[in-house]
Amino acid sequence: MDKVERRKERIDRGIKVRTEGIYAVSSWQEVAYLVLPRLVLIVGLLLLPLIIPPLFGPYWKRVISYAAIYGLLALGFDFLAHFVGLVSLGGAFFIGVGGYTAAILNISLGLSPLFTIPMATVGGAIICTLLLLPALPLRGVYFAIVTLMYPLALMRIIEALNIFGGTDGILGVAGFPNTWIEQYLIILIVIFALFGLRRLVNEDIGLVFRGVKDNDQSVRASGLSITLYKAIAVFIASGLGCLGGAYLAHIYMWSGISQFALDFSVIPIAATVIGGGGTLVGPLLGCFFLVPISEWLRTFGTLRIVFYSVILMAFIMFRSEGVMVFAQRKYHQFQRWVKV
Amino acid sequence: MSGENILEVTDVCKSFGGVQALLNVSFTIQQGDVFGIIGPNGSGKTTLINCITGFIKMNSGKILYKGKDISYKAPNQIANLGLTRTFQIMRPYYSLPAYKNLIIPLFSPRARRKGGWRGGGKLGDRGTVSIDILEEIGFERDSFVPYKLASSLPTGYLKRLELARCLALRPDLILCDEVFSGLSMSEIASMVPLIEKLQMDGITLVMIEHRLRELFRVASRVMVLNFGEKLTEGIPEEVMQDERVKEAYLGSEKLLDYKFEA
Repeated sequence: MDKVERRKERIDRGIKVRTEGIYAVSSWQEVAYLVLPRLVLIVGLLLLPLIIPPLFGPYWKRVISYAAIYGLLALGFDFLAHFVGLVSLGGAFFIGVGGYTAAILNISLGLSPLFTIPMATVGGAIICTLLLLPALPLRGVYFAIVTLMYPLALMRIIEALNIFGGTDGILGVAGFPNTWIEQYLIILIVIFALFGLRRLVNEDIGLVFRGVKDNDQSVRASGLSITLYKAIAVFIASGLGCLGGAYLAHIYMWSGISQFALDFSVIPIAATVIGGGGTLVGPLLGCFFLVPISEWLRTFGTLRIVFYSVILMAFIMFRSEGVMVFAQRKYHQFQRWVKV
Repeated sequence: MSGENILEVTDVCKSFGGVQALLNVSFTIQQGDVFGIIGPNGSGKTTLINCITGFIKMNSGKILYKGKDISYKAPNQIANLGLTRTFQIMRPYYSLPAYKNLIIPLFSPRARRKGGWRGGGKLGDRGTVSIDILEEIGFERDSFVPYKLASSLPTGYLKRLELARCLALRPDLILCDEVFSGLSMSEIASMVPLIEKLQMDGITLVMIEHRLRELFRVASRVMVLNFGEKLTEGIPEEVMQDERVKEAYLGSEKLLDYKFEA
């Protein structure tokens, strides 16, 4: 008699009214549906330094910072590749320039990390953007090759001319007061970079970036210089990379040619493949997955590359769209029972 | 309003390797006119538009827009002067909804200068302005259409979107590259009033077109290109009586059947 008929309904029906841009939130359930993923991410990242080192040992404090630095690079890569259409292998380039800039500022001018990191971020981004300016008309694999050549060339130049400490690098760079500051500062920076970029790509200027990727001739016909907007995008991405590099120099208390190592170019791409390109959060989580795995596999010695490759291949074969693209789709498909 | 030369093209030459795409093409367009450019396939019509808007560097020649030399300028600089174009093969931003397609031209220096830093001045932000422009160009305001991804829109709407992109720049001159091609007769019939409205708003139009009946309804002067050279220019009736045009372009038989309305 009083049996209530029920049917399934997608949770996001009420939330997504007509478009992706307009939301009509009408209940706590729907608010939670929107806020929860973000909250889980932020709280999860903030809890990492509290949970991981006690479980695995003090060495893992460093790994968290590394993962976050790789995360900055991956954010920059994803932003350039999926929102501006520039495939950049310049992670090593950005890290190296940022690291050396911070180290030189710290050693020669005696500035504290509080000043060298922001200065290296902006200064390094300007250097990187200026050096990449001639390559900006290039697209696809050609731009990628140019960004790959710069770290290799700079490494050899430093080696051959024996400048900036040559192969020994710059020693005696100031470190952070303690490991808590070291971990939490970079995690906060990563969170701000993630949400900042996500907001940016949906602002008007972000639409211009996406327009450059989609149809650059149309952007020119719209009265906008594509070189200018590509330069702005490279400035943003290289700024993130240089920030990571400067941070790394202060963590190591040293800056040397190993900061031009190709790991910094390759791991962000692998993380993007695993995490899902175009989501921004995916590549970041990919780094927090790959970097610890890579550290953990160290116990296997040289075999670690094999395991690493197998993991990567498995992801490419079975989840080639990336974890976050998959997860987001599933999340949108959540259903609930409602009374008819 | 009319009487002033808005565009003066002098001796434009362009060759692609051994192919002479344009040879000494010269013409002038007066403010407020609708100027038609016709010619058989491969006669250099689109190349001419590409040269005028800077998408292709011409080999020689001079282009004056409002008395200012714009030859060899970059496409974005030319667009910012109010000389805009549509593309024959539509170039929307497929991954963006239709109304967000217009935010990009509304972000240009010219649109910001004319409409204030939010794009629309007192009219609102760029999103609002772009919906207004889309409604003006024939996207129903209260339907889903302006919010749909450009990749899911049919050709008719994409052609309108091309025109809308030009309008967002608040242009003085629009070069339309075959806006009627690929459309059904009824779609064309609904586009013609739009063109007439643009003309009444004081926008000068250059139309490359194969649909002669519709073109002659709006165009006041027509130029005929053949193998990169200008054959003739004049009012449509005169041009169509020209023997060389009959020979080169339409085939004499077809032209004998052709009847002018009014």
